[in-house]
Amino acid sequence: MWEYTDLVKDHFLNPRNAGTMDDADGIGEVGSLACGDALKLYLKIDDNGIIQDAKFQTFGCASAIASSSALTELLKGKSVEEAQKLTNKDIADYLGGLPREKMHCSVMGQEALEQALKNYRGEAGTVAEHQHEGELICECFGLMDEEILRAIKENDLKTVEDVTNFTKAGGGCGKCIPDLENLLAQAHGEKAACSVPEASAPPAAGLTNMQRMHLIEQVIDEEIRPMLQKDGGNIELVDVDRTDVYVRLLGMCAGCPSSQATLTGLVEAQLREKVDPEISIKEG
Amino acid sequence: MQTIYMDNNATTKVDPEVLGEMMPYFTDLYGNPSSMHRFGGQIGAKMVEARKRVADLLGCEPDEIIFTACGTESDNTAIRSALSARPDKKHIVTSRVEHPAILSLCKHLEKREGYAVTYLSVDESGNVDLEEFRKSLRDDTAIVSVMWANNETGVIFPVEEMATICRERDIIFHTDAVQAVGKVAIDLRKTPIDMLSLSGHKLHAPKGIGALFVRKRLPYRPFLIGGHQERGRRAGTENTAGVIGLGKACELAGQHIEDENTRVKALRDRLENGLLDIIPHARLNGDRQNRLPNTTNISFGYIEGEAILLMLDQLGICASSGSACTSGSLEPSHVLRAMGVPYNFAHGSIRFSLSRYNTEEEVDFIIENLPKVIETLRKLSPFSAEGDDGSSCTTPRSTE
Repeated sequence: MWEYTDLVKDHFLNPRNAGTMDDADGIGEVGSLACGDALKLYLKIDDNGIIQDAKFQTFGCASAIASSSALTELLKGKSVEEAQKLTNKDIADYLGGLPREKMHCSVMGQEALEQALKNYRGEAGTVAEHQHEGELICECFGLMDEEILRAIKENDLKTVEDVTNFTKAGGGCGKCIPDLENLLAQAHGEKAACSVPEASAPPAAGLTNMQRMHLIEQVIDEEIRPMLQKDGGNIELVDVDRTDVYVRLLGMCAGCPSSQATLTGLVEAQLREKVDPEISIKEG
Repeated sequence: MQTIYMDNNATTKVDPEVLGEMMPYFTDLYGNPSSMHRFGGQIGAKMVEARKRVADLLGCEPDEIIFTACGTESDNTAIRSALSARPDKKHIVTSRVEHPAILSLCKHLEKREGYAVTYLSVDESGNVDLEEFRKSLRDDTAIVSVMWANNETGVIFPVEEMATICRERDIIFHTDAVQAVGKVAIDLRKTPIDMLSLSGHKLHAPKGIGALFVRKRLPYRPFLIGGHQERGRRAGTENTAGVIGLGKACELAGQHIEDENTRVKALRDRLENGLLDIIPHARLNGDRQNRLPNTTNISFGYIEGEAILLMLDQLGICASSGSACTSGSLEPSHVLRAMGVPYNFAHGSIRFSLSRYNTEEEVDFIIENLPKVIETLRKLSPFSAEGDDGSSCTTPRSTE
């Protein structure tokens, strides 16, 4: 069972401001049934730009409902300008914190608020559309690079796991994890593997040791291992020491007379092309 | 507030008679059965009795039983043993709806140790197709491991037929019967099943004790290597109290199996029908006939499972959900997804798993109160049956 604060439990069991609003001045809808949570936020805003009332409808878990309830409480009485500054962190703080794995519920609140304010200003419809907001990164949850980058910066996220907890990106099929690593590097001012600003720079140029190791793992997992598995073999990454990459051949490849040719002709060649031309393969 | 416990596929209450038999082995009779002195040695006789009780429930010989720490250890031992015994064979067959004790191991073997794994699909009722199973077998298949009954839906797989097919092809057949033991009749003398896993805490014994049936003369390689316990097949000082408790629990399970299939089944049906009759947009997950007598898995459309569970918890009702939010995962139950349950229902699934301790009053309390919970959450939800059908997302979604 999740460790929810008493405030989270209270807002879940006794949600404030739940329901619809017929004469809303701004409506924001985010999420979907397929994605597992969704929020529709209604705002009533007076002529002076003060939020007089806020209501919500939420499909989701206890923290999604509690975050929505907290958001509406935070919004009432605020000016539009003040509301614009509200972040997911404010929502989580209001509730006394959320489990890290549930922080995406608070981000959903922030996104619904932004959409409702856009809708109030006549800049958009009620439903959040992603098409014009950058590059699609996570296909499973429909997340674009800009919103992921913003979550990374605003919440000072350090790891892919954090990004998944806060945005859901990477929580489905996992194909976008290398992209998320690049966005993390980008957000922290480092050169991303895929950005390749200089034509001659190898893919691993500018990566931290950890990112470099992830890239090596990724090439092994996605490019090399499937080829070896076709012949009943496999490979294990043992260690990485600068340009020396230590691996162990497994299965049919382990006892194969051509194992040296496999190591140099396939493993080393692939890693040199896709990571760093200086890489040297060694048996660990 | 009373506690209504209907999460028995997760774990069960230790039967007082089981506890009663175990107690002396925590207090007065604490010796090590491997010791040379009589104080330790006297425990051996009780362990012989326990081993026979387990064997009697399964219809096998006592020396075909190896005591382990849990179902996961039994599963891992079975698969690793089969692979070690047949090092030339590099293919495994299992199903997409197995417990993580099998699925995670298979994925590890596939990714890290060079094995090929075929994951059998299931239809919308959660059943496997025997023809697809036949076609999945290869000359280099070392082991087939398929669960006897699914922990989430209760659907029973045709493991005896599958084992027969495997025997014809000289392929080792293992079944994870953790959910089936004590709920369905098992007679291993009449089937060609080679290995079977069970777990004590699913049948009113304590946590921390399990068993693995290994058919006589089957090539076997131990997973835990060390001392000579379990005739060298599982090293480590025995959990003597646990073994004795498991033995008693198996004896009681044999006595209660008819009750499980009549009274408990009737309670389950009363609960299931009561909820499905009253609550709109609710659907049963899994084959209505071919399943465990104690399990029902119902999805409530347009709301989310964790929220339902927490509201039930406020009423003292314990159940479980295949909702993503209960696990920290972002995808709902792999079992429900493999069955093709639409997202709008998969996220709102609740599993009730009953035991011999449940009563009609408890069932009626749930029938009376759960509809109010569903109604409360649906009032909060922006979706309704007339709107989004949940099969599409406002955002793109990759296919599995």
